[in-house]
Amino acid sequence: MTKRQKRLTLVVGVLAGLVIATALILNAFRDSMVFFVTPSEVMAMTELPERKFRIGGLVESGSVVRADDSAKVSFRVTDTARSVVVTYDGILPDLFREGQGVVAEGWIDTEGTFHADKVLARHDEEYMPAEAQAAIERAGHPPGAGQEY
Amino acid sequence: MLPRRIPWLTFAAPRNFHALVQALAPWLVRGAVVLAIAGLYTGFFVAPPDYQQGNSYRILFIHVPTAWMGMFLYLLMAMYAVIHLVWRIKMADVMARCLAPTGALMTFVALWTGALWGAPTWGTFWVWDARLTSTLVLLFLYLGYMALRSAVDDREKGGRAASLLALVGVVNVPIIYFSVEWWHTLHQGMSVTLTSAPSMAPSMFTALLLMTGACWLYCAAVTLRRAQVDVLEREADTQWVRDVVQRREVNGVSRPGAAVADESAAVREEGRS
Repeated sequence: MTKRQKRLTLVVGVLAGLVIATALILNAFRDSMVFFVTPSEVMAMTELPERKFRIGGLVESGSVVRADDSAKVSFRVTDTARSVVVTYDGILPDLFREGQGVVAEGWIDTEGTFHADKVLARHDEEYMPAEAQAAIERAGHPPGAGQEY
Repeated sequence: MLPRRIPWLTFAAPRNFHALVQALAPWLVRGAVVLAIAGLYTGFFVAPPDYQQGNSYRILFIHVPTAWMGMFLYLLMAMYAVIHLVWRIKMADVMARCLAPTGALMTFVALWTGALWGAPTWGTFWVWDARLTSTLVLLFLYLGYMALRSAVDDREKGGRAASLLALVGVVNVPIIYFSVEWWHTLHQGMSVTLTSAPSMAPSMFTALLLMTGACWLYCAAVTLRRAQVDVLEREADTQWVRDVVQRREVNGVSRPGAAVADESAAVREEGRS
């Protein structure tokens, strides 16, 4: 083997080792790599998490209830299979809408109500002209209806 | 010794590289300006407001091209780093070194515009989700590469250490790219992929493509110019650099274009002989 071939083998070896190591690490930390859990994953939990965590999904259509005298709001977060009731006291982001993505950070009580102290809107990867959206609505297909999580 | 046998290595010879950049760079800059004007016009005046985000989505015309370039330039830098490590071609090291600042700039702009976009849409400037965190790591890799280079006094040794770092860091690029598919992230999924139609209106996509083209040409122009200066510096003691400088002085500043033409013609002549 020439020197050059030796160096090439070394470089390829280093790269292969790195890829394998990274794959193993990412696999080991899979659970902590997620930014939020879905309602179905919450329902599947056998014990209530003690630490704060984030729950994500779509704001269920027709589930948003706002209090008249305060900023308190409650809504259901759904992944189309299961849903969780979330209560929040604060200002919601502009993009918070029924049928759109949302991520809430907080804790869950024994009754299964999620008390959020932070709510973030999550928008999807669709970019559509407002007029096209209006046309779709006239035709009777609400946006976000076909979304999956 | 190399250029004769492998045609595409012609420009690995510093003198030929200098002539190539001299001829190419002005056109790259012009192209970048034209595409940027067309892209910004399409993005701001032709593309309609988004059905959810209104006008704030328009920041993607800067955010997405710079984020793509940040990742792509790192891949390119790592490729040059491998060529430098294995074949010890000096020009590859020069190219890797000169890609780093531009890559860092692109990544920084992507993070910055992302924060400005996140504030009105998500309701936060920053979260530690997989996409955002891995992109921040990319910025630190670029900065680390540059720092490592300048920390070692010996140019060749510093170059080799930095090349190794560039190679090691390359595993981060697929993590950034696929993070939105592998994990739940606050960042949305991909709108534009190689395998399926983009999930955005045609006029929006056109603006995005134009801005991406502008970004490409800008990065190419800036990187090549930086490499050209680096080459002139490294080769300052050689006869061809002295010739270049002398020709400049003879022709004066009033006719820079002519000087360029003469010079590349002269280099072509020498190349033939």
